[in-house]
Amino acid sequence: MGKTAKIIGHVIGNIVSVFISLVVIIPLVVLFVNSFKTSAEANRMTLSLPTEWVFENYATVIEQGKLVSSFLNGFLYATCSVVIIVIVVAAAAFVISRNQKGVNRFLYYFIISGIAMPINNVALMKVMQAFHIVNTRIGIILLYAAINIPLSLFLAYGFVETIPREIDEAAVIDGCKPWQLFVKVIVPLLKPIISTLFVLDFMAVWNDFTMPLYYLNNSRKWPMTLAVYNFFGAFENSWNLVAADIILTLAPVLLVFVLGQKYIVGGVSAGSVKG
Amino acid sequence: MNKKKLYPWYFASGAALLFFLLCFLPGILGIAYSFTDWNNFTDEINFVGLKNYKAIFTGNSEYLKYIGNTVLFTVVTTVMKTVFGLALALLLTQKFIKGKNFQRMIIFSPQVMSYLVVGLVFKSMLHPTTGFLNDFLRKIGLGALAKNWLTDLHLVFPTVMTVDTWKGMGYIMVVVIAGLLSISPEYYEAASIDGASFFQKLRCITLPLLKPVLVNVTVLNVTYGLRVFDMIYSLTNGGPGNATGVINTAVYKEFSKGNLAMGTTLSSVLFFIVLALLYFIIKSMENKEVEA
Repeated sequence: MGKTAKIIGHVIGNIVSVFISLVVIIPLVVLFVNSFKTSAEANRMTLSLPTEWVFENYATVIEQGKLVSSFLNGFLYATCSVVIIVIVVAAAAFVISRNQKGVNRFLYYFIISGIAMPINNVALMKVMQAFHIVNTRIGIILLYAAINIPLSLFLAYGFVETIPREIDEAAVIDGCKPWQLFVKVIVPLLKPIISTLFVLDFMAVWNDFTMPLYYLNNSRKWPMTLAVYNFFGAFENSWNLVAADIILTLAPVLLVFVLGQKYIVGGVSAGSVKG
Repeated sequence: MNKKKLYPWYFASGAALLFFLLCFLPGILGIAYSFTDWNNFTDEINFVGLKNYKAIFTGNSEYLKYIGNTVLFTVVTTVMKTVFGLALALLLTQKFIKGKNFQRMIIFSPQVMSYLVVGLVFKSMLHPTTGFLNDFLRKIGLGALAKNWLTDLHLVFPTVMTVDTWKGMGYIMVVVIAGLLSISPEYYEAASIDGASFFQKLRCITLPLLKPVLVNVTVLNVTYGLRVFDMIYSLTNGGPGNATGVINTAVYKEFSKGNLAMGTTLSSVLFFIVLALLYFIIKSMENKEVEA
């Protein structure tokens, strides 16, 4: 009796989990299937397979959606801002986590308060105008770096604490200056958290849509998200093309996700579990 | 060893400077501008006191509706994501589930999509006549359940919140799984020997030990929910009418109209709400710890 109940429980558990996985994956499948349909067929966004596979949709999208230039823009913004984030956050996390007193302590709480702080876009516009970085690539890169610093620092801070301090002492006895200690000894040990930050911040910047909407009015500087939105506006009735466009936008970030999965999950959990 | 010399504060100055200039300063300036009549049509900026705040909080202003929507969105999505994320984490750590890792990856995957893409995809799938969902309901004989998901005034907000939960629950699941795996199995073994049921173990071992994790994800979800913009902009653009309007879509609207002071006042109100809610969350967590 107990055994049968257990088996039934296991079967139900498996059915429920598979059902939820299906519910989660269906939108992506619908999108994928429709990206190969003709315009008339894709008008009905259904799960049925295309009667005729139209691979040209992708070629059309690349040509008409200016995807190459927006891809390069998005890649440039994500890479540059992530490099800035990793450098400043690694340095900050190192000293702040090692010496949690005085100025360091103040700087830590000051910066991580940004995790909760909403961005005041209207006033930010004024500040960016004052620095003459509105509608510039450098402006959007610095902005992305700035807004992603608080959460990144929070995650990196927890990680530095796991590196034993004896390592620092040994290095100092060997005659290391602070920056030598950081660059030669600490940075190599930070690799796991740097990978995590790289993946998380890359995805955050790549997927963002608000900042270019406010601060880049020149379509030649738009990243992929905004190009997709613009494309959607122009081709609202050609869902096959919109679907292909979205799949192409998703591809790079899905690739980063698949390659960096273990770091994303590791980093997210390391930062949160420490609490 | 002198800590000040070995760990000089200026190593943190790059991060602090960037954060100060492009996050903190605009935040403070925004609050200052909320007391002015700053707009795109005149060059002058005049001090007007609390006029903008009065416009928001007096009478039947549509802004109150946006603030209400923002809070409702935050509370409902935070609760739904946490409940589903927790349930999925508990389910997908059971030994008898086949292909756990693959399913975890699938359920986490919407997290990597941009809100813009999520909005567009669901817009098409929820289309009343041609969308996947209604089509599917009709095919399995439940055509009566087919609805105007995104244009029906009463349905649209629950729909938006469900889509947001669909996207965000995987994140909670992953974080909670990591928390679950860090709990020593000995606790459960001891409880089993004492004859504890699944729910007793959940209430007395799992949930208390997961508390720090749950506090963290709650704070993240609450701050996300209050600041929501991309999701709603791409899915409904605040409509129909102002049924799904939130503070940040209103800010964008005011910004587009050139009413900069009103935009920054709404942002400031958002800032104060975030502050108040976080204070409330942190306080209530502290109290519980004292009781325990």
